[in-house]
Amino acid sequence: MTVNPSGWRPSAPANEQGETTTVTGNHALMLEEPLIFEIGSAEQTGVDFAEVPQGENRLGGLERNGEIGLPGLSEPETIRHYTRLSRQNYAIDLGLFPLGSCTMKHNPRLNEKVARMPGFADVHPLQPQETVQGALQVINELAFWLLDLTGMYGVAMSPKAGAHGELCGLLCIRAALEARGDKREVVLVPESAHGTNPATAAFAGYRVENIPANTAGRVDLEALKARLGPDVAAVMITNPNTCGLFEPDMKAISDAVHAAGAFVYCDGANFNAIVGKVRPGDLGIDAMHINLHKTFSTPHGGGGPGSGPVVLSEALAPYGPLPFVAKMRDDSFRLVEEENAGEEHPNAFGRMVAFHGQMGMFTRALAYILSHGADGLKQVAEDAVLNANYILRSLQDVLDAPFAKSGPCMHEAIFSDKGFAGDVNTLDLAKALIDEGFHPMTMYFPLVVHGAMLVEPTETESKASLDQFIAAVRSIAERAKAGDQSLKAAPIYAPRRRLDETLAARKPVLTYREAESAHAAE
Amino acid sequence: MRYLPLSDPDRSEMLRVIGAGSIDELFKDVPEEARLKGPIHGLPMHASEMAVERHMAALSRKNMVAGDVPFFVGCGAYKHHIPASVDHIIQRGEFLTSYTPYQPEIAQGTLQMMFEFQTQVARLFGCEVANASMYDGSTAMWEAILMAHRITRRNKTVISSGVHPHYVKVAETLAQFSEDALATALPELDAEPDTERLIGKIGPETSAVVVQYPDILGRISDLTPIADAAHAAGALLIAVVTEPVALGLIKSPGEMGADIVVGEGQSIGVGLQFGGPYVGLFACREKHVRQMPGRLAGETVDAEGRRGFVLTLSTREQHIRREKATSNICTSSVLCALAFTVHLTLLGEKGLRQLALLNHARAREAADRLGNIPGVSLVNDSFFNEFTLMLPVEARPVVHAMVDRGVLGGVSLGRLYPGEDTLQNGLVVAVTETVTDEDIAAFEAALKEAVQ
Repeated sequence: MTVNPSGWRPSAPANEQGETTTVTGNHALMLEEPLIFEIGSAEQTGVDFAEVPQGENRLGGLERNGEIGLPGLSEPETIRHYTRLSRQNYAIDLGLFPLGSCTMKHNPRLNEKVARMPGFADVHPLQPQETVQGALQVINELAFWLLDLTGMYGVAMSPKAGAHGELCGLLCIRAALEARGDKREVVLVPESAHGTNPATAAFAGYRVENIPANTAGRVDLEALKARLGPDVAAVMITNPNTCGLFEPDMKAISDAVHAAGAFVYCDGANFNAIVGKVRPGDLGIDAMHINLHKTFSTPHGGGGPGSGPVVLSEALAPYGPLPFVAKMRDDSFRLVEEENAGEEHPNAFGRMVAFHGQMGMFTRALAYILSHGADGLKQVAEDAVLNANYILRSLQDVLDAPFAKSGPCMHEAIFSDKGFAGDVNTLDLAKALIDEGFHPMTMYFPLVVHGAMLVEPTETESKASLDQFIAAVRSIAERAKAGDQSLKAAPIYAPRRRLDETLAARKPVLTYREAESAHAAE
Repeated sequence: MRYLPLSDPDRSEMLRVIGAGSIDELFKDVPEEARLKGPIHGLPMHASEMAVERHMAALSRKNMVAGDVPFFVGCGAYKHHIPASVDHIIQRGEFLTSYTPYQPEIAQGTLQMMFEFQTQVARLFGCEVANASMYDGSTAMWEAILMAHRITRRNKTVISSGVHPHYVKVAETLAQFSEDALATALPELDAEPDTERLIGKIGPETSAVVVQYPDILGRISDLTPIADAAHAAGALLIAVVTEPVALGLIKSPGEMGADIVVGEGQSIGVGLQFGGPYVGLFACREKHVRQMPGRLAGETVDAEGRRGFVLTLSTREQHIRREKATSNICTSSVLCALAFTVHLTLLGEKGLRQLALLNHARAREAADRLGNIPGVSLVNDSFFNEFTLMLPVEARPVVHAMVDRGVLGGVSLGRLYPGEDTLQNGLVVAVTETVTDEDIAAFEAALKEAVQ
């Protein structure tokens, strides 16, 4: 029977398992929605067009014969379909989204408005440059802010996301090494690094070696020094690192890396903790990408778009990719592209993307930066760190916090599954948080902490919101430590119960097929 | 500050719980000398929403807006009308402010939409499977070259002269650092691309042949003989589509034998935005799916047997495989993929065909009028909504002269291929459904004057 202390009785009938059922499968505001392929038709359309003039086609004899198989819906059906789907998503607009390393902060709506101004939204990347001076100025202004905030020398604006920025940074390093005739093959990456770091190093043609962490969750400086040598091209460090800790030896690490003739790449995913407080350029960093979709609040949109400008040291800046925006003596702006790079930027390693990068993210990030200003950005970092430490200290008596003894954390707090009883694990705690109305924290990352739970509240959460989250985690943690098997059934109240990921991977169904729609029947 | 909810009493109370005397104590791991004492120098302090909006609006007004003038610019990004519903949906907070769907129970909206997107892209391209998007068309093309390398275990790629030169530059840049050798050539201003010459470059060590369809000059050619030649040599055919609206009217690359089809999805649902964010499309044969980069949504069931969707085959991806991943890609372009999928759902089969027919009709009209200007000739035999004109003079100054008359009249090949003498008189003109008769007349008048 359903637990129902209020005595309220559902109007819908119960099935054999004692669960209430409805004819439609809907539960009030929780609405089931089929696929467009099940509700649309090839004849239906939600767009009206002018009549097409007749005439002989000039398609080279390649006119399509058969149907594509694209169902259409009228406008009201389309709006309803996607609105219903949207309601099956959790989002920052709904509540706390404490995914560690992802910086899910509020997305200001002014930024959406700005990005849609016609002068930004409706401008073609290949328009003559005299017709896009405002767009080039946006890129230049944002670049100026990023350089000032990081204390670096140059910035490549075109990378499309964080991992693309990592690639850009490593290619600058590779180009700089090759320019001095130095062929190096190895990139060192801490065990706690994001998966993109080793993947990017491999993508750039390097062999990856791990460097260990010490017991305080930091890079083991002595082990790193011992490994440095003439074959090491770069060390990729995340600072603050993925355990949410600042690397206090950063300057010493940089000095040692430089002494060995290598470069320091910093993964800037966690820049939110130090923006306006610490300049990476002061720590000896040679290249760092900045996820505009994290620190500077451009919306993640369900997994992108991102934007990953890379700030560069004086040693690397000459190798940055094309195109970039230059400010001229007469205060006009110009793109430096392949044709004029010869005089102005001869050592560019090449081009990362077809056009100029994520303009739609630049306008949003610039509006965000101007809104906060120098004082506001400093407050962003301080509140982000304050919120994370508040969570750390409010939970450390119920959850194992492996680095809590060594001092405060930065913008995210990390916990392990130590003390959970029986087979109850991190996943169970995370799924139970869903039932409490929260998005779970990052789970099982970084790999250096067993059953890791990485909590990044960001600065845009109120104390009341944090207190509610803390209360929920405390309660679930107590149940986990008591081995409460009911956690295995969570979530109960979400649009779906736990999904069978093994089935999805074993027999992949990646597109809709009319005849054999689901393996639900199996 | 309007984006920060904590009050000073909150901060004091929280510091008390933490057991710290000040915020600065929380930053004690940062060495004293690296800590800035006050707000960073050289930058202004915070500003009101009104002030920021005013500043950004002033910058916005310094640009010539595509929708305000006769507009004929294409070459990899196209101006189409986007129904108002598209922008409404992508601004729903549940889509806009959600993350990668790592927790599928509360991300079915994004996951189902990804599954629908994958199906639409696969069908449009004539392939069996598609991923949930890449950064853009140019990066998708490079990923396709790497994927072919993994499948064939060969590293020589032949890139057709008809591929967008910026796409080629991206591939050449990244090939410097991988073990890939690329062979490419400049386009010739002929009525049809030289398919025989391209086929002649395929050898026993070729991993893949890359062709753009329609190509950079707007020409459409049958990919079947190229696919046959590639397959006979044990190589793959990669097709690149920068204007997917064309596929409403012409055969898909998959139908003609392409093994991997990639593209730029901007032209369906995504605005011009000065070059980004756009949405890379990536489709292939099912047998190659485990070599495919990027995120994939797959169908499954939940604990109660209800259909649901999850991210799947992630053992290809960096967060699991680290340095052995198929790609380093993490963030993709899901919100733009949503715009694409909403627009394509509004269009449906019928609407996409009508849209394509309208584009082709507008382009034929413009091609006939412009090709009749004395001294100007139409290069293409075949085209969809984009074609190349041969001018009697260099095209680059002509484009600037037309700007002075308030016309954005295409892309000069001099801009795309600087310094290449044989191409300087070429002008690539895109004509979509947004172009009116008056626009064509204005373009015709401006071009006539500029080439005299």
